[in-house]
Amino acid sequence: MYHDSDRSKMFTRRAAMLAGGKTALFGALVARMYYLQVIEADKYEMAARDNRISMRLLAPPRGLILDRNGVAMAVNQHNYQVRVIAEQAPSLDYTLDALSQIITLTDHDRARIHKEAKRRRSFVPITVRENLSWEEVARIEVNAPDLPGVLIEVGQSRFYPLESLGAHILGYVAAVSEADLTGDPLEELPGFRIGKAGVERIYDLAMRGQAGASSVEVNAVGRVINELERKEGEPGVDLALTLDIRLQEYAAQRLGDESASVVVMDIHTGDLLVMASTPSFDPNAFNRGLTHDEWKELSTNPRSPLQNKAISGTFAPGSTFKLVVALAALEAGVITPDQTVLCKGHMELGPIKFHCWKKGGHGSVDLHNAIKGSCDVYFYEIARRAGIDKIAEVANRFGLGTTTGVDLPNERPGLMPNRAWKRKSLKQPWHPGETLINGIGQGYCLTTPLQLAVMTARLANGGFQVVPHVARDLIVEKSASARPEPTWPSCGVSQKNLALVRKGMFGVSNEPGGTAFRARIEQDGMWLSGKTGTAQVRRITLREREQGVKKNEELPWKERDHALFVAYAPEEKPRYAIAVVVEHGGGGSAVAAPIARDIMIEVQKRERARAAAPTQGGAG
Amino acid sequence: MMRPAPRLSLQLNRAELSWREKLWHINWTLISLLTTISSVGFLTLYSAAGGSLEPWAVKQMIRFAMGIGLMVGVAVIDIRVWIRHAYVFYAVSLVLLVAVEIKGTIGMGAQRWIDLGFIQLQPSELTKIALILTLARYFHGAAMQDIGRPTFLIIPLLLVFAPIALVLKQPDLGTAMMLLMSSGAIFFMAGVRMWKFGLVLAGGLGSIPVAWQFLREYQKKRVIIFMNPEQDPLGAGYHITQSKIALGSGGVFGKGYMSGTQSKLNFLPEKQTDFIFTMFAEEWGLIGGLVLLFLYGLLIAYGYAIALRCRSQFGRLVALGITTTFFLYVFINTAMVMGLVPVVGVPLPMISYGGTAMLSLLFGWGLVMSAYIHRDTPIGRRGALDD
Repeated sequence: MYHDSDRSKMFTRRAAMLAGGKTALFGALVARMYYLQVIEADKYEMAARDNRISMRLLAPPRGLILDRNGVAMAVNQHNYQVRVIAEQAPSLDYTLDALSQIITLTDHDRARIHKEAKRRRSFVPITVRENLSWEEVARIEVNAPDLPGVLIEVGQSRFYPLESLGAHILGYVAAVSEADLTGDPLEELPGFRIGKAGVERIYDLAMRGQAGASSVEVNAVGRVINELERKEGEPGVDLALTLDIRLQEYAAQRLGDESASVVVMDIHTGDLLVMASTPSFDPNAFNRGLTHDEWKELSTNPRSPLQNKAISGTFAPGSTFKLVVALAALEAGVITPDQTVLCKGHMELGPIKFHCWKKGGHGSVDLHNAIKGSCDVYFYEIARRAGIDKIAEVANRFGLGTTTGVDLPNERPGLMPNRAWKRKSLKQPWHPGETLINGIGQGYCLTTPLQLAVMTARLANGGFQVVPHVARDLIVEKSASARPEPTWPSCGVSQKNLALVRKGMFGVSNEPGGTAFRARIEQDGMWLSGKTGTAQVRRITLREREQGVKKNEELPWKERDHALFVAYAPEEKPRYAIAVVVEHGGGGSAVAAPIARDIMIEVQKRERARAAAPTQGGAG
Repeated sequence: MMRPAPRLSLQLNRAELSWREKLWHINWTLISLLTTISSVGFLTLYSAAGGSLEPWAVKQMIRFAMGIGLMVGVAVIDIRVWIRHAYVFYAVSLVLLVAVEIKGTIGMGAQRWIDLGFIQLQPSELTKIALILTLARYFHGAAMQDIGRPTFLIIPLLLVFAPIALVLKQPDLGTAMMLLMSSGAIFFMAGVRMWKFGLVLAGGLGSIPVAWQFLREYQKKRVIIFMNPEQDPLGAGYHITQSKIALGSGGVFGKGYMSGTQSKLNFLPEKQTDFIFTMFAEEWGLIGGLVLLFLYGLLIAYGYAIALRCRSQFGRLVALGITTTFFLYVFINTAMVMGLVPVVGVPLPMISYGGTAMLSLLFGWGLVMSAYIHRDTPIGRRGALDD
């Protein structure tokens, strides 16, 4: 035997050392477990929660848009979509072949689906087609047993049942673009639409509502295992407009194929009853997706159907501006109503001749006859006396040359020139002749139809600075949060002078010889008072004047005059103001005034059918 | 020292103990400890399958039953048979390692097993046991003076590095590390001087830059990610990060049996094999993890007790070598899932799903039990009753 006892002792000693080492390593394991499961437990608890719980947003229904009488203008429609889950289908092609027996599927659709199927995990549903008809849905449901992996989902999409009617005010909704992001989580939802124009844009946030959330448990590959919690969102707030869609419809029909705009507003409250701009467009097309040809047609049409001419179209006001010029001269004290000016058909200022529209002239005219007959020479003279700065200042107070503040996007301010403006913008001094040109609403000055309606409303309501609006109420949970009855600041002009101007407007429409006498309203209590305007868009040369000015019918459309008319009614107790502008339509009295008359009759008929409305203080 | 009664030389191969005696000496404590630990495994596999015996728990139970049979069978074989055939066993395992290497070369890519039809034999598992037996035999016949001679250590070092080189080539870093460390333990227990270990350690550290060159790209990546797993949470660091999240979120008391969210939702990879400890600790918390480690500790301590009780150096070295290998399995696996060592693919012994590891581990414990049963059997230098 060898010395086994030595080896045994050595073995025992070393076994103790080795055991000690192993114990130390186990101690390290225990320490590590303590660190992970006690000290860092909260951190890993959070990480585990993040791992498995995923928040899914639920889109709330968008608020509806109604007209003032509750007629639906924008609603949400069920959007039936057919989707396919690749992993539940025997093969994608088999299912798509089966589906194409029932609904139409283009090769383009199929290519897109295959592309998406490659990119996504096999349990994620892929949209095959959207906006299915009810019949198509029924056919798919009936054949469901033969369509493994196919499911129908109901989404919501915006629908405008009145199509092109009021489209410019409604605007439209479209997918969120990078520039629209505000941080609202809803914007991240695929397929979410936001308001891009009109009231859809201005009141977008209120109509969107609040996102709901569903927290779901997902596994490592993202498949939803079950729903843990569901919080429904707040539906969007409904919006009631001031528009009367029946009147809007009538106005649009009356304008017909013209490129034109009509604005009718309540002179006390600022409610816009009609805001029509023709031609119009179908906002549903934007939601559906425009074809290239449709877009090309809409964007290149010379009558610009996408533009809301009532707020974005700027036109020389023509003779409708004479109301402001008369008021400015009276306010400046440079004329009295009885002072007369002799009109020989033209006026000379230095070497330049300024012509009146009436060849041969009006003879001797006072203020009333000058407005009634729209005598250019009279207004050349009083504009000269008042000066451009005074005219521009009064025009500003009546809403011209500045945005009205209507609750619609893309409103343009137009232009009311004065000396300072010309010096600043054109770096040129003001010529006295330009005062004369601007005095009859030509030259630099530009106005929108809405501005003209506001100007007329302020003349008719006794000089209160009424501000127009298209939205009346935001309807929260069935109770209307109506706007408080507004009190408007004064324009600061004398009631006597306003009355003189209104008397002239009465003459235009209701006295023989008035430029709109033929377009008067004869029904009792509905009489209107107005002012015609014919804005020239081309320069008439001396030679043409000698040979005889060309008639509008002889000119290409783009060179014809704009026809304008502004008015208020009823005469005894004014309530409504109207502005009509027909682009390249011809003469104000022949074209615009009859349109205004017909619409104002309709407006007042509608009003008589309703209860008497509250009047707002200060009307004279 | 007592000498057994002399017997006829013809009966050298025959065990002194009768079958009845051997069966009487079967160590039931060892079996019940192994059964307890394996049962934890069955429960965890049942939970991993979402509350189902299929596909893992039942198979694992069957393998365990087979493994216990194998273990008893190995235990009753005379320990001298093992010492006598240790070198043969070693040679066979080397041949098999070379065989998978050749087969792997032909079959393109890493292959670690040979399909025997009824079982996939992993030569590297066999090697772990064969190496222990071989070294135990070598040192069994060595006197203290022999071990003091540096030249005496050349042969066992070669015996160690040959299989390590082959295993590294597969490449199987985990097994190579375990072979190295369990061999180191045997050298240590055999009485090799401490300063020699110091020398080897220094040499080893010095050669790390050289060894780095030989690592495969994915192995390098694993080591780098181990250093900083958060740098790539969805890529290669995913395993470690998810394992730590599941483990840490278990907290002190765990999420409850069958309620481990991270493992149930498959965030935890390999939950039934290498990362089963994570799943267990997610559901049972720190308390459960400590209980399991305690059970392992008991089993290892029991292995030590058997080793110390053996009268022969061979029995002692085998018992301790197997116990140390078992310890390395436990330590490397749990340290790996806790992010203490790189992910090397070592299963949690008796618990991770897998037949080969289960059978080879119980084979090993069979040897330990054999050492126990034959604890008083004197063994000659070459395994004979008497030299």
